Amino acid sequence: MFSETIELRGHIIDSLILPKVLDQILTHGANFKIGEIEIGKKRADQSFARIEVSAETAEALDELILRLRQHGAEVAKREDAQLASAPADGVFPRDFYVTTNQQTFVRFDGKEIEVQPAMMDSAIAVDRKRGAARAVKFFDVRKGDEIIVGHQGVRVVPVQRATSRTDVFQFINTIIDADEPKSAIIRELAGELQRVRRARGEIAVVVGPAIVRTGAGQHLVRLIESRFVDRLFAGNSFAAYDLERALFGTSLGISPDLAFARGGRENFVRAVNAIREVGGIAAAIKKKIVTSGIMHACVRHNVDIVLTGSIRDEGPIPGVTTDAIEAQKVMREKLTDVTHALLLATLHHSLAVASMLAPTVKTVCVDIDPSAVERAVEHQPLQSIGLVTDVEPFLRELTDYLSDSRVRD
Amino acid sequence: MRELLLCPPDYYGIEYEINPWMSRARGAEAALAQKQWEQLHATLSKLDCKVHLITPQPGLPDMVFTANAGLTVGRKFIPSNFRHKERAGEQPFFAKWMEQRGYEVSWLRENLYFEGEGDALFSGDALFCGYKFRSDIQSHRAVADMLGCLAISVELVDPRFYHLDTCFCPLPDGGAFWFPMAFDDYGQRAIREHVRDLIDVSPEEATHFSCNAVVLRCDIVLPEGAPQLMTKLEHRGYRCHALPMSEFIKAGGACKCLTMFMPQRESVS
Repeated sequence: MFSETIELRGHIIDSLILPKVLDQILTHGANFKIGEIEIGKKRADQSFARIEVSAETAEALDELILRLRQHGAEVAKREDAQLASAPADGVFPRDFYVTTNQQTFVRFDGKEIEVQPAMMDSAIAVDRKRGAARAVKFFDVRKGDEIIVGHQGVRVVPVQRATSRTDVFQFINTIIDADEPKSAIIRELAGELQRVRRARGEIAVVVGPAIVRTGAGQHLVRLIESRFVDRLFAGNSFAAYDLERALFGTSLGISPDLAFARGGRENFVRAVNAIREVGGIAAAIKKKIVTSGIMHACVRHNVDIVLTGSIRDEGPIPGVTTDAIEAQKVMREKLTDVTHALLLATLHHSLAVASMLAPTVKTVCVDIDPSAVERAVEHQPLQSIGLVTDVEPFLRELTDYLSDSRVRD
Repeated sequence: MRELLLCPPDYYGIEYEINPWMSRARGAEAALAQKQWEQLHATLSKLDCKVHLITPQPGLPDMVFTANAGLTVGRKFIPSNFRHKERAGEQPFFAKWMEQRGYEVSWLRENLYFEGEGDALFSGDALFCGYKFRSDIQSHRAVADMLGCLAISVELVDPRFYHLDTCFCPLPDGGAFWFPMAFDDYGQRAIREHVRDLIDVSPEEATHFSCNAVVLRCDIVLPEGAPQLMTKLEHRGYRCHALPMSEFIKAGGACKCLTMFMPQRESVS
């Protein structure tokens, strides 16, 4: 979205100029946000309104502004952003501007430049020579880098809620609680995933160990086999549980197929050891040590597996990135072109991924814990759906709908 | 007693085309124009007013349309900033003439187009201002600031009615007669909200410049060709004086365009 701030002054209420301008903005397919309005108190007092106008293209915005100028709209003067040098490697100047994950523009030398990428909780580094602005984390910044301070010259363009129903995300935009029906939503999601696949969107799935432990792994395997997963984000434990199940039929010693089975934890550690012994997951699959499960399906179907570690990890399994900063970099890189994200039964990993997503990424979060769902979807308030439910019935129903050719898309 | 400013049509003629009425191929007949103007002058002079004349200038054929000289309120005169360069030369003559008679001349910024009483008419305590073809809406705000009054800006949408005084004529009883289709929907609504008792002029009579009338208390001097409007006005107690204006209508003007009030209002309240 491209936007410009206009100002209207005069007897804009009595003359109906304000409603006329707002109507014109909408009838030209653009949107507005009234930033400030002062209504004159006495009859001769003039009024004032500051309005942010946004349109799909720069050309459409220019044409609209030209029309609005006929009715007295004046483009508000914009100041350049203020810059300060980073005092040391890994340290931002005081008062540095902290980004959101929304599309952001900065103005310097009289021009507006989009900040790339849209990344929250970062600073903005400006390269005047290249005319570029990028969101930077602490580890990216070097002493002397020019960093934006204060709010002047920074413009944030939030994702707009669509005024017509275009897909299930814009239609619902809410959390479906545990005691609410979910079938209709899951059916809509299935349709959306089919559209994404046809449109060559990129689907990332973020998964937690509960998927393996609840026996939902088989449904995820079907999802992978049907090409609905392009990238899989998980931790060491998820991979270990899945490999344990492939090797010993248990996860953390428990067999989901036996009602009262209880096993020892040792299977879990033995599984990690088995993978370490052959050098990694791909090698274990190649040597037919692992012949089933989610990791197996991913390798067989060329799904990018992004495994990152945590303090409690056993092993780790080779291929797990354990350096936290390095893990952030890898995850960000692998999320760049993602269009849809399914966050399934993993609080911390979901929150980490959600904080790295562009605001336009459509997100589904499924967790049995309502607060986990709430926290994960708040990053994408207009592009996300949360379902409070056990992940197993969710995945079962989703894969059933996806394999049902009658699902509307 | 109301005072009016007129300009004899010594140099009047269709020498350029700056509105849809003007056609150099169909020029005004000088002798007839002179006769029609003299009739207007004579008619106004007999009514309760004092008529002043400004000396016409060669090369400024439209100087005859004094309504576009500026806007006068009390002893303050706001000269016009003409949109078309063909008329810009009139401004210094009008400003000097007013200044010599003791009016305080208040200039608008040069980049604000404003064509005086042609686009600014009081009704009640509100100054109705037309915009788009000649005056800019930005000039209305500046005029309102100078005068400290409520200015209601209305968009003109029919190029034949390029000035407000060609389609809107306030009456002293608080009403007005107008041609609604000359305004956009918002302008129509704004006028309806602020002016009670509006008399709609038919499209046919509007094209005879019937709204371009000089109102002096109960007397209304307007171009001939509006029998329906005259009946309605006379029914309300006004005396109508219909005059032939054919030669000035060829330039897109009539009785009111040929007349400027000095002042239009003694004060804004």
